[in-house]
Amino acid sequence: MTSLPSPAPDRQFTRLLGQIGYGLAALAITLLGLMLVTFLIGRVVPTDPVLSIVGERATPAQIAAIREKLGLDLPLWQQFFIYVRDAVQGDLGNSIRTGKSVTSEIARYFPATLELATLGTIFGTLVGVPAGVLAATRPGSLADQIVRVVGLMGYSMPVFWLGLIGLLVFYGQLDWVSGPGRLDPTYDMMMEFTLTTYTGMILIDAALNGAWDVFGNAVSHIILPAGLLGYVSMAYISRMTRSFMMNELGQEYITTARVKGMPEWRVIWVHAMKNVLVPLITVIALSYAYLLEGSVLTETIFAWPGLGSYITDALFANDMPAVLGGTVVVGVVFVTLNMASDILYRLVDPRARI
Amino acid sequence: MSLLEVRNLRVTFDTETGPVQAVRGVSFSLGRERLGIVGESGSGKTMTGRAVLRLIRPPGRIEAEAMTFDGQDILNMPEREMRALRGKRIGMVMQDPKYSLNPVMTVGRQLTEGLRLRDRLGRADAVAKAIAALEAVQIRDPHRVMDAYPHELSGGMGQRVMIAMMLIPEPDLLIADEPTSALDVTVQAEVLSILDGLVRDRGMGLIFISHDLRLVARFCDRVLVMHKGLVVEEIAAANLLAAKHPYTQGLLNCLPRIGGPRGPLPVLDRTGV
Ligand SMILES: Nc1ncnc2c1ncn2[C@@H]1O[C@H](COP(=O)(O)OP(=O)(O)OP(=O)(O)O)[C@@H](O)[C@H]1O
Ligand SMILES: [Mg+2]
Repeated sequence: MTSLPSPAPDRQFTRLLGQIGYGLAALAITLLGLMLVTFLIGRVVPTDPVLSIVGERATPAQIAAIREKLGLDLPLWQQFFIYVRDAVQGDLGNSIRTGKSVTSEIARYFPATLELATLGTIFGTLVGVPAGVLAATRPGSLADQIVRVVGLMGYSMPVFWLGLIGLLVFYGQLDWVSGPGRLDPTYDMMMEFTLTTYTGMILIDAALNGAWDVFGNAVSHIILPAGLLGYVSMAYISRMTRSFMMNELGQEYITTARVKGMPEWRVIWVHAMKNVLVPLITVIALSYAYLLEGSVLTETIFAWPGLGSYITDALFANDMPAVLGGTVVVGVVFVTLNMASDILYRLVDPRARI
Repeated sequence: MSLLEVRNLRVTFDTETGPVQAVRGVSFSLGRERLGIVGESGSGKTMTGRAVLRLIRPPGRIEAEAMTFDGQDILNMPEREMRALRGKRIGMVMQDPKYSLNPVMTVGRQLTEGLRLRDRLGRADAVAKAIAALEAVQIRDPHRVMDAYPHELSGGMGQRVMIAMMLIPEPDLLIADEPTSALDVTVQAEVLSILDGLVRDRGMGLIFISHDLRLVARFCDRVLVMHKGLVVEEIAAANLLAAKHPYTQGLLNCLPRIGGPRGPLPVLDRTGV
């Protein structure tokens, strides 16, 4: 009469495997679709990659030779097949501008974006979640108004404007932080020639090398752009946290917790927060993905050599392999984050575990 | 001296379209006995129960001439002291277990958190107490229920978990809001006899909120009949089925009678009130 249905453990395991397999298949299909679209766009734009290699005055024979070398004489589907085959092996072709492998270039640019976006998301979450909770627990109060206005500003003010003002005030006037770039030139040389590179993220690499002067310089460079991105993501996260939290605090189980005499901090930070986390994970992952895709404007203003700058520069130079490669990486990041948030979601919500 | 004394209790919700009075001046006193509250849906039964715990959330507010529990003024008591009463000396079985249990916490954690946080019990002791409480409400596989999440429970099982949760601290006053509506008859009888035992042996006071007039007539000592936020009749339970008040009679007439004629059920006549 009081027994509970529970699937046998081996069946649960099979189901888990199935879910993982499903996730990987979805990942593969999404990426394939993304590659196809970017590939086709790259092929239909009216720029001739051959021309930019051989120059205007090449003979038809020279052009034909290059076309053959690049595989451009093959049918389109075959070109795509070759592109995918190489991409799977980590070869995204060579940049037309520099002649270097796109993969190795992205491996240099992406860590800069990763470092900036991760720090920004950490800022945004550490400030945004408590701010949203504070606002939700005192709706209409002064604290709520402040959180709302500050959040609204993060929404509506242009990033480049905020960035320039930030540079002007904190770098130009107050001299509290360092200017554009990831490091001062001297430290940049040190980083390049005397320290071991592990991740390409300067903060982590400098710490691993024990080079605390480099670390300090990197902090003074990254704090402003990371703070700016953190502010933008904080605006989004605090607003969503507020509305999720308001919704949870209106639920009956909250009254139950209070009936049990639980203190208010526990009602909010344990009972309600565990439920808020379910949708909030997706929000944080989305905002992280948004920053990771390369916040072009921020990277431009702060001369930050990241993925956003890389793709933009490549676009202006008609460097299609580089654009394509960058886009594929953005796609991989996006899909991976989506999957990660899906897994986390299942961990925090027992109802999604089936 | 009575355990709970409520005088002229009002619960008002300030909505955009003006104030809505959910409870409009309810007075009663409760000894160590079983007090039933009946009334149709929306008559203010739940709000009366919650007001006693001071758990009406904004935009609702509570007003009363007096509200005392065990001689203490619970109307003006600081929130800190009120919180010390809740869950320890006054408990409330919430109406709908489907929404009243935290969906992302295991039953075990919800059952033991009071013991661990408030009574500072070790894990093993708290779990043992929780399991004993589950067994007391006729749950046969308490270990598995402890590890379950609320959505994995049936309505009846959720209701028993809720009752167990509120009985663990051995309160002096229990407000039970439709505590047995999802239970089948035999389990219902068991649960009622547990509550009965607590009233008789430990001198607990019980407010038993229900739609089921027959059940209340059988189980309670006294009954308040509520309508539109007011107590329209207070009557000894034994006399409930023979009540004279037109509204109560109306409620009674809506009960289908076993073996009675199978005509259409009469509609509650609200004009007389
Ligand atoms: N947030 C609110 N805003 C406005 N009115 C409310 C609010 N919450 C409850 N009410 C009103 O309070 C009244 C009493 O509700 P209550 O839950 O006490 O009824 P009840 O007797 O327990 O009904 P049921 O038998 O359906 O549980 C209802 O008529 C409802 O309209
Ligand atoms: Mg109710």
